[in-house]
Formats: sequence, C-alpha cells, structure tokens
Amino acid sequence: MWFKKKVEAKPEEKLKLPTGLWVKCDTCGEILYRKELEKNLWICTKCNFHFRINCRNYISLLLDDAALDEQDKDLEALDPLGFQDYKKKLRDDQEKTGLKEGVVYGFATIGGIGVVFAAMDFRFRGGSMGSVIGEKIARAIRAAREKKIPLIILSTSGGARMQEGIFSLMQMAKTSAELALLAQDKVPYISILTNPTLAGVMASYGSLGDIIIAEPGAELGFTGSRVIQQTIGEKLPEGFQRSEFLLEHGMVDLVVSRKDLRNTLIKILTIISKRG
Amino acid sequence: MNGIWLDFERPIIELEKKIEELKGIDGVEEEITRLKAQAEKLKKRIYSNLSRWQRVQLARHPRRPLALDILSVVTNDFVELHGDRRFRDDWAVVSGIAKLDNVSVTIVAQQKGRDTKEKIKRNFGMPHPEGYRKALRVMKMAAKFNMPVITMVDTPGAYPGVGAEERGQSEAIAVNLFECATLPVPIIVLILGEGGSGGALALALGDRILMLENAIYSVISPEGCASILWRDASRNKEAAEALRLTAQDLAQFRIIDEIIPDPVGGAHMDIDKTAKNIKEALLKHVQQLLEIPAEELISSRIKKYQNMGVYSE
Repeated sequence: MWFKKKVEAKPEEKLKLPTGLWVKCDTCGEILYRKELEKNLWICTKCNFHFRINCRNYISLLLDDAALDEQDKDLEALDPLGFQDYKKKLRDDQEKTGLKEGVVYGFATIGGIGVVFAAMDFRFRGGSMGSVIGEKIARAIRAAREKKIPLIILSTSGGARMQEGIFSLMQMAKTSAELALLAQDKVPYISILTNPTLAGVMASYGSLGDIIIAEPGAELGFTGSRVIQQTIGEKLPEGFQRSEFLLEHGMVDLVVSRKDLRNTLIKILTIISKRG
Repeated sequence: MNGIWLDFERPIIELEKKIEELKGIDGVEEEITRLKAQAEKLKKRIYSNLSRWQRVQLARHPRRPLALDILSVVTNDFVELHGDRRFRDDWAVVSGIAKLDNVSVTIVAQQKGRDTKEKIKRNFGMPHPEGYRKALRVMKMAAKFNMPVITMVDTPGAYPGVGAEERGQSEAIAVNLFECATLPVPIIVLILGEGGSGGALALALGDRILMLENAIYSVISPEGCASILWRDASRNKEAAEALRLTAQDLAQFRIIDEIIPDPVGGAHMDIDKTAKNIKEALLKHVQQLLEIPAEELISSRIKKYQNMGVYSE
C-alpha cells in the first residue's frame, strides 16, 4: 500500500535500488522478483534481510497519509575547512537524491497522534553527520520540546562527516545537549535505528532514545567491524553488531520488522501519551 | 636536552652537537656563543612555523607530559577513585578529587601510559565504556558536593574492540554528553595531547575548552582520514593539513576558548613550565565560573554548543 505513493513520487525521489526485473539479496543470495520485493517493503522473502530504503519511503511507510510538514528544508552545508572535492560531492548527492542534505524533519501524525519526525537518508554522503544534520536534528528536538509532542528520529549513518572536521564532531555534543533539555521537560523520544547506524550518530542521539527500536539485521555500533577486526586481528563473533546482538546485550529495546514498525509506533505512542 | 628528536628538529640537534663538541676546547668561546645564538634563532624559527603534521608529532611525542605528570604538579592531595561500580576499573581513565590551590575539584583524565607495561595496562589511553561510566559516576559526585570538574583529554580514541561494543561504547559516550550538558557545576576541559574523536568528546563537553598550544583535536585521526580518502594511511601529513586539527585552527573556528602556551619546542621540553601555565589558566577559569549561578552556567553551556556548526539558510 505504501508504494502507491512511490508511483506519484517525483522522479528524483524514486527509490534508488537495483533496477531490472530481478534483484539478488545481499545476504542470502536469493534471486527475488522485483515486484514481489516491493510489495514486501524491500524485505527479502527468504531470509528477512531488510534492503536499505530512503527517507521518503519511510515517510510513506510510517506517517499518516504519508504526509510530513517538512521544516527547514533549505538548510545547506558549507565547506568550512575548504576540504578537497567536498563541494562537488555535496552537489552530486543533491542531484542524486533531490535532497539538500542527509536528513528531513517536520510535523506529522502517526495513528492520529501528533509527532515531530526526522529521518536520515543514507544516499546522501552515507548519512554522515555534518553541521546541517546536527542543526536540523537540534531544531527537531526543540520543536518537540516547544510543542510538547513526542519526537521520533529514524537514523542511518556511517558516522561523522570527515569533511567538516571538528564541526561535525561538535554536532554530537549539540544534539545530546538538546536531548538533555527535552528530557528535563519529560517529552518522549523514540529512536529508530536502521542499517547502518554507526559512530557519531550512534554515540549521540541514536543511543539516547527513551525507547530504542532497531530494524532486523541492521549494523549498529561505535566502531565499524572492519576496523575492529584489524585492531584485534581475530574473527568477530557471529552476528556481531547486528540489531539482534544489541538486543541480547541490552542496548536496544525492540527489534521490529519494517512491516510492523508503524503499528509498533502507534502502540507505543498511544500508551506513552496516555490515550485510547 | 632529551634524547628523542623529531625529523624536523634535525637542524637544531646538529647545531647543538657542534656546540657540545667545541666545549672544552680553548679559544672557541666566541664561536660557541655565536653558535648558541644561532641555535636559539633556529629554534624560534622552526617552532614558530610548525606545520599541522609537526604539531601532531608533538602532541604524540613519547616524552609529552601525560595527565598524571601534570596533575602531580598542578593539584595537591589527589585522591584517586576507581571503578564504574558496574563492571570493572578502566585504567585508561584516571578520576578522583584534589585541591587546586584552595579549591576542591574533581578530576577526570585520560592517561596513555609511559613505558610499555604501563601503556598496556592503560590500553594506550583508549577507554572502554566502563572508563566513561567511571568518569560520569565521579562527575555526578562532583555535582552532589558542588565541586568544579576538570577534565584532561589525551586519547587516540575510544577503544575499538568486541567487549567495548558489547558493553555499549556508543551508549556510554552518548550518555556522558547528555549528562554533562546539564551538570550543575563548572566543567573545564583541557585538551592535553591527542583529542581523538568521540572518545575524546565524551570527556570534553564543558563550559571552557582549553587546549595546549601543540595539542590536536579532531573528528578522525590523520591516518584514518588518509585511508578513507586515498586508501593510504601513510598520507597522514596531507590529511593533518586538511583536517585543521590544531589549537590555532580550533581557536579560529571558535570551538575552543583559550590556547595555553607550550614552552619553546613543546610541552615536554619543560614540564614544570607547562604545568605552571596550565595551573594559571585553570585557576583563572575556575574562579570565573564559580561566580556564575548553576542555572546560568548550564544555559550558557548549552548555548555554546548550539552555536557550533556552519551552514547556510
């Protein structure tokens, strides 16, 4: 049902997924019929692998009427360090995605309950967090605090954006500080972690939800597994840094299939806002 | 002079060697005086025109003063407090209480270790989650007893390991940022040597960020940056330039509040002088911050971070 929206989507917002009639699953290698996969919300019918989808897809999937009253959409990155090729890379990703930056946020309702919703997009510089993402997340948090409505942030990120140097590191502090104020005002925050969420985002707002939900099989952690493997020089445990591993170690509240994500959110929001 | 020299210091050593050789020979006093003056000039020229990479080398210098070297000069009656009360004691983080002149303070510091044995014990200054949790436990005690917190940052980064991930490295760092944002006592951060990314930031959210003249503070190490950009970690010199990670860069970006001068040649050249400079700065800021009511302190601390970031609207 949510892919009805996809037909109407502007060309630049189309899902950038493998084209062609058939798609091979990255995990189990199964060859899947594309139409079937779309109908199944890009979840492998054989092994339950969740293919990566973009922020617009999540808007369609999770929000009432697939509608987000988007705020601050024109915030754009600058190049404070004069970093090699950075401006060009930003332009390329803007063209590729139709987004100005790697996160969108705004007002929405989920099951009739008003929320502030933010979703990151991995297609834009691998979801890396620079000044714009930090600022938009900070503003999303402030909006939730001012309106006293729940905040939902859906994360996907490779970490901090190297090309913005120390400014990107400081976004971790900025967003966490805003969340401390939100907590003082007792406004709920639900963090949704999708594949992958690592480093700077995981070590700030990703891990600070009152409730943390992870999509199945997502890679979640501080340091990427390749670096850990190089450091310790031995094989990593089975399923290391996957959502289920974090659940087992007490780091997330729930692992929820994409198919059940909206219903789970409605349930939580209804209980936590003492409705119904 | 110490026995460890960096590549760019070679002209200085050669001159110093020459001076040593001439000593004890009759009739060359004038020559020695001339060479000494030349050496001083050379030092000034070299050390006042350091490249970013050269500053990285100084920040990682094997003889660079570590947190405990500084603490032993700057504070009195340091009582070390161990453990996070949850899992274990992490030796990469040293925490405790002490007197800074007549002010009771709480100290949280990263300690790399000097010799091989100590380096291993302290995991080269790379904390596990329990190190960050120990730091937070002690900082919360500081809040309870209304004592300013002084943190000293010197780490290549948070430890990348299986246990660290299992026990929530990300969560530990995030929670420190979250809690420090509203801690109702002054927090003064001193970047002592290496400020390595999130692993440094977890102890670096405060009211004042001070940095030694030849310390570095960066979102990623020059080696890490070079291997991502060029798949070649040996291009760390170029990466160091690109990352703008020196105290001078960060002061210009208004990320840090003050640069504490190093003695000529780096902090290791005269540890007592370095410590004296640090103590002066710490006392000044502690006294300033103690005047500010907690609520105002927190709101201006948060404002400070809200203002960090560069974008167009």
